[in-house]
Amino acid sequence: MKIIVCVKQVPDTEARIRIAPEGNAIVESDVNWIVSPYDEFAVEEALRIREAKGGEVVLVGLGPERGQAALRSGLAMGADSAVHLKDPLFDAADTAGIARALATAIRALAPFDLVFTGQQGVGGDNSQIPGLLAEMLDLPQVTMAVKVELEEGKALVNREVEGAHEVWETSLPAVVSAQKGLNEPRYASLKGIMAAKKKPIDVKDAAALGLQAADLAPRTKVVALELPPPRPPIRMIEGDADTQVKELLRLLHEEAKVI
Amino acid sequence: MAGIVTFAEQRDGKLRRASLEAVSEARRLADALGTTVGAVLIGSGVEGLADELAAHGADEVYVFDDAALSRYATEVWARAMAQVVGDAKPKAVLVPFTAMGKDLAPRLAAKVGAGLLSDVVGLAVKDGRLEARRPMYAGKAYATVRWEGDPQMATLRANVFALGARDAARKAEVVKGTVDTAARARATAIHATAEGKLELTEAQVIVSGGRGLKGPEHFHLVEELGGAFGAAVGASRAVVDAGWVDHQMQVGQTGKTVSPTLYVACGISGAIQHLAGMSTSKYIVAINKDADAPIFKVANYGIVGDVFEILPKLTAQAKAYFAAKG
Ligand SMILES: Cc1cc2nc3c(=O)[nH]c(=O)nc-3n(C[C@H](O)[C@H](O)[C@H](O)COP(=O)(O)OP(=O)(O)OC[C@H]3O[C@@H](n4cnc5c(N)ncnc54)[C@H](O)[C@@H]3O)c2cc1C
Repeated sequence: MKIIVCVKQVPDTEARIRIAPEGNAIVESDVNWIVSPYDEFAVEEALRIREAKGGEVVLVGLGPERGQAALRSGLAMGADSAVHLKDPLFDAADTAGIARALATAIRALAPFDLVFTGQQGVGGDNSQIPGLLAEMLDLPQVTMAVKVELEEGKALVNREVEGAHEVWETSLPAVVSAQKGLNEPRYASLKGIMAAKKKPIDVKDAAALGLQAADLAPRTKVVALELPPPRPPIRMIEGDADTQVKELLRLLHEEAKVI
Repeated sequence: MAGIVTFAEQRDGKLRRASLEAVSEARRLADALGTTVGAVLIGSGVEGLADELAAHGADEVYVFDDAALSRYATEVWARAMAQVVGDAKPKAVLVPFTAMGKDLAPRLAAKVGAGLLSDVVGLAVKDGRLEARRPMYAGKAYATVRWEGDPQMATLRANVFALGARDAARKAEVVKGTVDTAARARATAIHATAEGKLELTEAQVIVSGGRGLKGPEHFHLVEELGGAFGAAVGASRAVVDAGWVDHQMQVGQTGKTVSPTLYVACGISGAIQHLAGMSTSKYIVAINKDADAPIFKVANYGIVGDVFEILPKLTAQAKAYFAAKG
C-alpha cells in the first residue's frame, strides 16, 4: 500500500487574529502554527493502514518555509517521507491553484492506493481540497470519513451526514477526507521526533512541477479582511431564579421577538 | 438559460430548507442583475418538487429524474450539474453548504473551472459582479471576496440567507435532462441516526449543554428545555469527548456550524472553538454560574446562575408560555 497524505500548517485555533496593514491578510508574526487537526486524523489513519498492511506513507504539503514544521510533525508520527511544495507563486494561489499544485505533485508519486486529506483546513475552513483533488486526479472521493476499511481493490468508508450514517464503497485509488471520530491521533515519541530529522523532504517549486503563473492564477481574491462586527452589548438579567427566567422569556418575546 | 444556477438538494423526496434559501438568494441577486434563476433537481421521483422551487423564485428547473438516482453519488451529481452549467453558462452557481453541498461543490468547481467560495454568509451585487462575505479563522475575521471570471460559485451557510416569500402562483419551465449514472464511489447503506430529532444545522432554535451539567445523568435537563422550546439539542466538545452525548451533537470548530435565530448555551464556557460554530446565531442566551465566562462576551442575554436551578424553572415557564400562546 502506498498512501499519500496532504498536510497543511494552520494557525493555532486559539490564536489571536490581527489584520495586516494591507487589509486582506492576518499578521503572521504573532501566530503559533500547528498541523490542521483534521490532517492529524488523516496521517493517523494512513499509519494504521501501513501498520496493518505494509507499504509507505508519503506526506505532501504546500506552504512557505515554516510549513516544513507540519511535515516534520507528520514524519515524527511515523510517515516515511514528505514532499514540500514551496514557491512564492503559490502564495497568491486560491484553493483551485493549491489543489492543482498538490494534484501535480501527487500524480508524480503514482502508483498509489489512497490519498488522505483532512475534511477541512482549519482557519480557511474551505472543505474544498478533497473534492478538487479527486476531480483533478480523476479519482473517486469519499469525504468526511469516520471509518475506513480496506478490502481487495476497494475501500468501505463510513461517513456522517445530517441525520444519517452512510456506508460508501469506493474503488481504489481514491481520495478520502478525514472527519473527527475517525481515530485518536498518536503523539510523536521522542524517538519518532529524532528519526524525523533524518527522513527525506523533497522540496519542489512551481517549475519543478511544470506549473507556470497562468496555471495558478487565482479565480477568487480576498479584497478585505476585517475583525467581526461587535455583538450588541449583553443584557444581564438580575434577580432570583424565578424572576430571571420570567424576564428572559419576556425579553425573548417582546424585544428579540424570537418566541 | 439561467443567469444563476442553484443546486436544489433533496433527501428522500424532501427539499432541504437550505435549498430554498439558495433559490431565494439567487432570486434576489438575479433581480439585481436582471437575469433569471435556474434550479437543478436530481433524484428519483423528484419532478414534483419543481413547483416548490418555482414558488421560491426559480424560472427554470432542470430535472434529472431516474430510478438510478435514488441515492446521492458525488460523481453523478457533479456530472449532471456540470451539464447544466456547461449549457446555461451562468454568471453564478449557488450550492447549500450542507454535507452534500460540501462534497459536491468542489468537484463541480474543478469540472467547470469555477472559482469557489465556501461557507458564504453574505452576497451583494457590486458593478454587475458578485461580492461575497465569509468567516475565516473560526469567525475571528470576515473576508470580503470577489471572483475573476464566471461562473462565480459559492456554497451558502444554512439558516443565514432569508427565505423569500412563497408564491404558489409562480411557475417554472421544467427542462428534463439525462445523465450517465456510473460512479466509482457510492453509498451502499444509509442508516438514519436521528430519527425524529431536529437537525442542528437547520434548526431555528438550539439549546446546548456543556460541562456545567456535571454528568451525563443530568443532560436530560438540557433535552427537556430543548423540548419545551421545540429546539434541536447541541453540546460542547467537552461533553461529547466525555461520551455523554453523540458527537453528531457537537457545535463548534470541529463540530457543526449553526446559525439559528436563538441559541441557548447552558453551562458552556464559550471557548473560541465553541464560538466558531455558533457566533453567527441571531440571539444568544448564556446561562452560566461564572459571571466572567467568555460566553457572556457574545451573548445578548445573560443569566448568572446554576443550571440545576435555572433549567427546570425555565423549562416549566417556557412550557406554560407556549401552551398559553397555543
Ligand atoms: C483543535 C480544537 C478543536 C475544538 N473544537 C471544539 C468544538 O468544535 N466545539 C467545542 O465546544 N469545543 C471545542 N474545543 C474544545 C474547547 O476548547 C473547550 O474545551 C470546550 O468547548 C469546553 O466545553 P464546555 O464549555 O462544556 O466546558 P468548560 O470549559 O469546562 O465549561 C464549563 C462551564 O460550565 C460552567 N458551570 C459549571 N457548573 C455550572 C452550574 N452548576 N451552573 C451553570 N454553569 C456551570 C462553568 O462556569 C464553565 O463556564 C476544541 C479544542 C481544540 C483544541
